Amino acid sequence: MDQKIRVIVAKPGLDGHDRGAKVVARAFRDAGFEVIYTGLRQTPEQIVNAALQEDADVVGLSVLSGAHMTLLPRITQLMKKERLDDVLVVVGGIIPDQDIPKLKESGVSAVFQPGASTEDIITYIRQNVRKK
Amino acid sequence: MAKDVSDPTKKAVERSESFTTVSGVPVERLYTPEHIRDLNYAEDLGDPGKPPYTRGIYPEMYRSRLWTMRQFSGFGTAADTNARLHYLLNHGQTGLSVAFHLPTLMGYDSDHPMSNGEIGKCGVAIDSLADLETLFKGIPLDQISTSMTTNAPAAILWSMYLAVAEQQGVDWKKLRGTIQNDILKEYIAQKTYIFPPKPSMKLIVDTFEFGTQYVPQWNTISISGYHIREAGSTALQELAFTLYDGIEYIEWARGAGLDIDDFAPRLSFFFNAHNDLFEEIAKYRAARKVWHKVMTERFHSKNPRSAMLRFHTQTAGCSLTAQQPYNNIVRVAIQALAAVLGGTQSLHTNSLDETLALPTEHAARIALRTQQIIAHETGVTNTVDPFAGSYFLERLTLDMEKGCWEYFDRLDAMGGMVAAIEKGFPQREIHDASYKYQKAVERKEKIIVGVNEFVMEDEPPIEILLIDESVAALQIEQLQRLRQTRDNGRVRATLEDLRRAATANNVNMMPSILECVRAYATLGEICDVLREVYGVYEEPAF
Repeated sequence: MDQKIRVIVAKPGLDGHDRGAKVVARAFRDAGFEVIYTGLRQTPEQIVNAALQEDADVVGLSVLSGAHMTLLPRITQLMKKERLDDVLVVVGGIIPDQDIPKLKESGVSAVFQPGASTEDIITYIRQNVRKK
Repeated sequence: MAKDVSDPTKKAVERSESFTTVSGVPVERLYTPEHIRDLNYAEDLGDPGKPPYTRGIYPEMYRSRLWTMRQFSGFGTAADTNARLHYLLNHGQTGLSVAFHLPTLMGYDSDHPMSNGEIGKCGVAIDSLADLETLFKGIPLDQISTSMTTNAPAAILWSMYLAVAEQQGVDWKKLRGTIQNDILKEYIAQKTYIFPPKPSMKLIVDTFEFGTQYVPQWNTISISGYHIREAGSTALQELAFTLYDGIEYIEWARGAGLDIDDFAPRLSFFFNAHNDLFEEIAKYRAARKVWHKVMTERFHSKNPRSAMLRFHTQTAGCSLTAQQPYNNIVRVAIQALAAVLGGTQSLHTNSLDETLALPTEHAARIALRTQQIIAHETGVTNTVDPFAGSYFLERLTLDMEKGCWEYFDRLDAMGGMVAAIEKGFPQREIHDASYKYQKAVERKEKIIVGVNEFVMEDEPPIEILLIDESVAALQIEQLQRLRQTRDNGRVRATLEDLRRAATANNVNMMPSILECVRAYATLGEICDVLREVYGVYEEPAF
């Protein structure tokens, strides 16, 4: 049997809107993933550190504050530096369409906008997570 | 012509096995006089303007004065937002409501590392009194009421507002407005907290005391259910937790020696308006009734105004969709109608583009026009509480009240709201409700038009407001210039006084905060002192 998929769910940025992050984290647990929720207001350094420590397969990031174009590329950059290139980065929150190509260029694998279903996110992760 | 073959004795098959409100409360096929047999007009409803105020707190309601149309606005620099405030006033808005950016709400200056990427994004950047002067340029503060959505640093931003009034030569006794100042719902739902509960509650009680004495027309708190609902609660949870937060504030204020009838008339509330029309109207009506009972029976208030629940409403941001965003105009209109039929004192209508970004001027104008159409074209303002007596609505109102008392009993048993928060009780209740709702949507038990049904591929994008990083550069430059030009000796002295007052913990903090603000100490500098003395709150893990 496959090893469990390990996911870090983190909220970078200053906003405290954790409804989405917590619903997604719970859906991941129900789907059999192992989930580490970092809590609010994590700096890019803290998030990348958690990914390293926890040997995560996936980093799930939720941003609703509008700071995504500053914070997310910083996270992917740090991940590259730490050789976490094969860790899948998925993002949710208030992300306008025009920002998505730039985020993907920086190393984000997928962006799930408002209205996305937890099933779709889970399916995406199962299909795209690194093979162990 | 088709022959009518329906047999009136045969029941049609219903679309679903069960019907529920958006909060998951079962709804019956038909409501009849049997459903409200326990309803007593005088005790349960009363005429508008009479206890228990279920039908409204004023006898004439909107026949004498419409609700205040108050659009929550703030983005970029103070100058950017000042222009938007003037724009809205020029289009018939009747009150102001300021949204601050996240660094201000979290007590960080714009040049703090945690502010990186956040400047001017979720609201207006305010670092010091200098910014607030710009924000209210050309707006006479004795002629308009202003709501400021700030919680952890509410006493500081209120002090800045009072200082701007001094500069304009406006007597504080003439100032009207509201600071949100509701930290409990931050711990419960929105999570924009700084300090732990005890010092946070002291700061709030200090504002009650200061307002009673010096700014008597100001609402010193807006006890908010809005964010609880946005975090995924049911309508009942929103109501019960919010009113119980009110109970908690009163307990703390009384504990500090304040007389209930001195400060309770200035407590105000803030509710959400979600999609389920009747459930929402029932919520507002039950709110007034329960609060009246709490004030008169639990706290023995004597001043009738202490027991009159006044509230602001905002339409539900969480109900809006990024898909087919123009549909949001319709949702907002129905939600706003619920607030008006429920007797709100002021209203913010969301803009159609708010799931994507802060609103454009065009979107904000449509939202304001929605209120004006309800006020002037629909006729719902001609008579007070027009749905009273509806079997369905009255049943919902009674049930909402009953559910509230049940939650109050549980919260009492836990030792109050601060204790319940420390146990994670309201947080867990809300999270469970939000998860249940999400699952119901994914199973299509709840239909969201454009999201899980009636979906369109390849929608054309709409115009949205973008805040670029030039705002941050400008704001930081202005802040650094202020630090060089102000009297830094005076700043240090006032901050030291503040530290002494906070450490002593037995004096009202407002006078020291006002002195810091007048000396152009920044919000971050003031919060740093308070963080050092009070500590910071960490959410318990559950």
